[in-house]
Amino acid sequence: MKTTRRGFSTGAAITALGLAKGAGAQAAAVKIGVIYPLSGNSASAGNYSKQAIEVGADVINNGNADLAKIMPLAKGGGLSGLGGAKIQPIFADNQGTPAAGQNQALRLISEEKVAALIGAYQSGITVTASAIAERHGIPFVNGESVAANLTERGFKWFFRVTPVAIDFARAYSEFLREQKAAGQKVGSIALVHENTEYGNSVGSVIGEQFAKDGLSITQKIAYSANSSDVQPQVLQLKEKNPDVLIFISYTSDAILYAKTMKEVNWKPSIMIADNAGFNDPAFVKSLGTTVEGLVNRSTFAGGKPGSVPALFNELYKKKTGGDDLDDVSARGLQGFLVLADALNRAGSTDPAKIRDALKATDLPAEQMVTGYDGVKFDDKGQNVKASTLVTQMRGGKYVAIWPKARATDQVILPYKGW
Amino acid sequence: MSFTLVQVIVSGLLLGAVYALFASGLTLVWGMMNVVNFAHGDFVMLGMYTAVVIWTALGGGPFASVPAAAILIATLGVLSYFLLVRHIMRGPMLAQILGTFGLALFLRYAAFWYFGADFKTLPDTLVGGSFTLGGVRFEGARMLAGVGGLAITLLLHVILTRTAMGSRMLAVSEDPVAAQLMGIRPQRMQAVAWAMAGAATGIAGALIATFFYTSPTVGETLAIIAFVTVSFGGFGSVLGALVAGLIIGVVESVSAYLIGPVYKDVIVYVLFVLVLWFRPQGLMGKA
Repeated sequence: MKTTRRGFSTGAAITALGLAKGAGAQAAAVKIGVIYPLSGNSASAGNYSKQAIEVGADVINNGNADLAKIMPLAKGGGLSGLGGAKIQPIFADNQGTPAAGQNQALRLISEEKVAALIGAYQSGITVTASAIAERHGIPFVNGESVAANLTERGFKWFFRVTPVAIDFARAYSEFLREQKAAGQKVGSIALVHENTEYGNSVGSVIGEQFAKDGLSITQKIAYSANSSDVQPQVLQLKEKNPDVLIFISYTSDAILYAKTMKEVNWKPSIMIADNAGFNDPAFVKSLGTTVEGLVNRSTFAGGKPGSVPALFNELYKKKTGGDDLDDVSARGLQGFLVLADALNRAGSTDPAKIRDALKATDLPAEQMVTGYDGVKFDDKGQNVKASTLVTQMRGGKYVAIWPKARATDQVILPYKGW
Repeated sequence: MSFTLVQVIVSGLLLGAVYALFASGLTLVWGMMNVVNFAHGDFVMLGMYTAVVIWTALGGGPFASVPAAAILIATLGVLSYFLLVRHIMRGPMLAQILGTFGLALFLRYAAFWYFGADFKTLPDTLVGGSFTLGGVRFEGARMLAGVGGLAITLLLHVILTRTAMGSRMLAVSEDPVAAQLMGIRPQRMQAVAWAMAGAATGIAGALIATFFYTSPTVGETLAIIAFVTVSFGGFGSVLGALVAGLIIGVVESVSAYLIGPVYKDVIVYVLFVLVLWFRPQGLMGKA
């Protein structure tokens, strides 16, 4: 494995030599391996992320005048730190399986000679792909996998930009305490979650955080996501009538809960949903108007005109023919931009230098595509400034309402529903 | 008893009536020719998509989609009988099981291909309105589905037990050769059974689509309930399916309300196993 690393140093040396020699000559493009599900169950998410990264590469290589006012990288002409080398993403399909993700990581490193890797959407595949990068000493930047254990493996080459469950729990907690200060009732809180890994783990993280912050969860309902009927649960909720209701649900159950609450004609004064099912375009399209005022989370919510998210969204819309950036594709693009920034500062394709540059990353909030407070990694490689926006359903569309600095709209409470 | 508990029981009964309707098609085919239709859940799924298509393409509600689904799924039933079931019935037991299972997969993935994996829902204004009676709330879509399910299941029962057609079908199911000697054509009767089962299943799908989500895999979720209802009530007995459907609906709702939603399936299946323990033929099946 050492040979590979040496191979890279040699490559970097040759690049440097080329730079020294050829004044004005085009520097060789820097290859970045990008592993995403381009086929299989999650293919749509992978393909949207791929297009978002293509937009990002285009901005770095060819420039964008509006973005350049905020982001130094958007001036165009490639990576200035590498003598104007273009950045070239090489896409690989993980086929939705950990084994394929691992093989693609190996192929990208040994055959394509990429300088760093990005990916791989599904947490389970990020685990295997990043293990290969670790063994070969190649930096791996992850933009969207939230499994807690990814940054607990003692890896030296792994960096995660996305927020994780604890960040979401903190956001909900702070949001609720602010609403309490503003006069809303938050005395009783019901937590309704589906009972697989996702619902159970996020549910317990929220429970712990709320207990620490003095918010009391008075009712907890676990259910199985493939339930055929949820009416008894909604009636249970109606009977206890909590002030705040929090859902951690997938799509089919989100649909049933939203429909049944209307049937039973009950609503809390604040309703929060943890992304997932309630963010599924299929849900938003058909039931968006049934959950007016629903509070949700997203790392992406459009942003004010002229801001980084708004500008990138315009470019993305042009590329895809009308689709908006969403939570997943925006986080993927953010991961790519973080890596590009580190490459630029490293001024080299030497993996160790890129890693050191990643470690020194300190990006401010206004340069974010996603709603983070910035990017800065801790010793485990987790972005400590990752945070989430709190959004609210307004006329069939989610808008950002919290934190105030990045909100585009005012909070409107109580929950309106239908 | 609190109002909420009464409400829970009422909603369980209404749901149970729909369970009964989509189990009755399955039990009918079983009773007629000892064939288990593993594609049953996917027949329900196609009935649901019929309702979705009629709404999105034509803006029609249940009064258009229920007859349309009945005709379409009945046709599908007859086609399945003539093109597949009639042939595999001559084969070994395993061929029968795998034959309809293959049909199930074919229909499911055809739906994936044609409709996509997205969840679809009908607007809840389609069957609007609700009324309150003695503190219990009745909601339009569920009332329609529950009462419709009850009525059609009973109608099916009456056709099977009180009409000449029903007697002919019963004769074929008891002894096809003897029935043929009496001038009854077994194949025609079996095709009629598939048509009736298909119609009931299609109607159940169109009704349930008004308050449920529709997706290519929704048949899996619903088929399990149908199989449990049929073996609980007794294979071949429509009345048994009705009673079993109502019991399962109520037990499910009440246990989810009193004990918790993750335990409701445990309770339903324990009850199911107990019934089969003491009455292997089901509540109303013939020993």
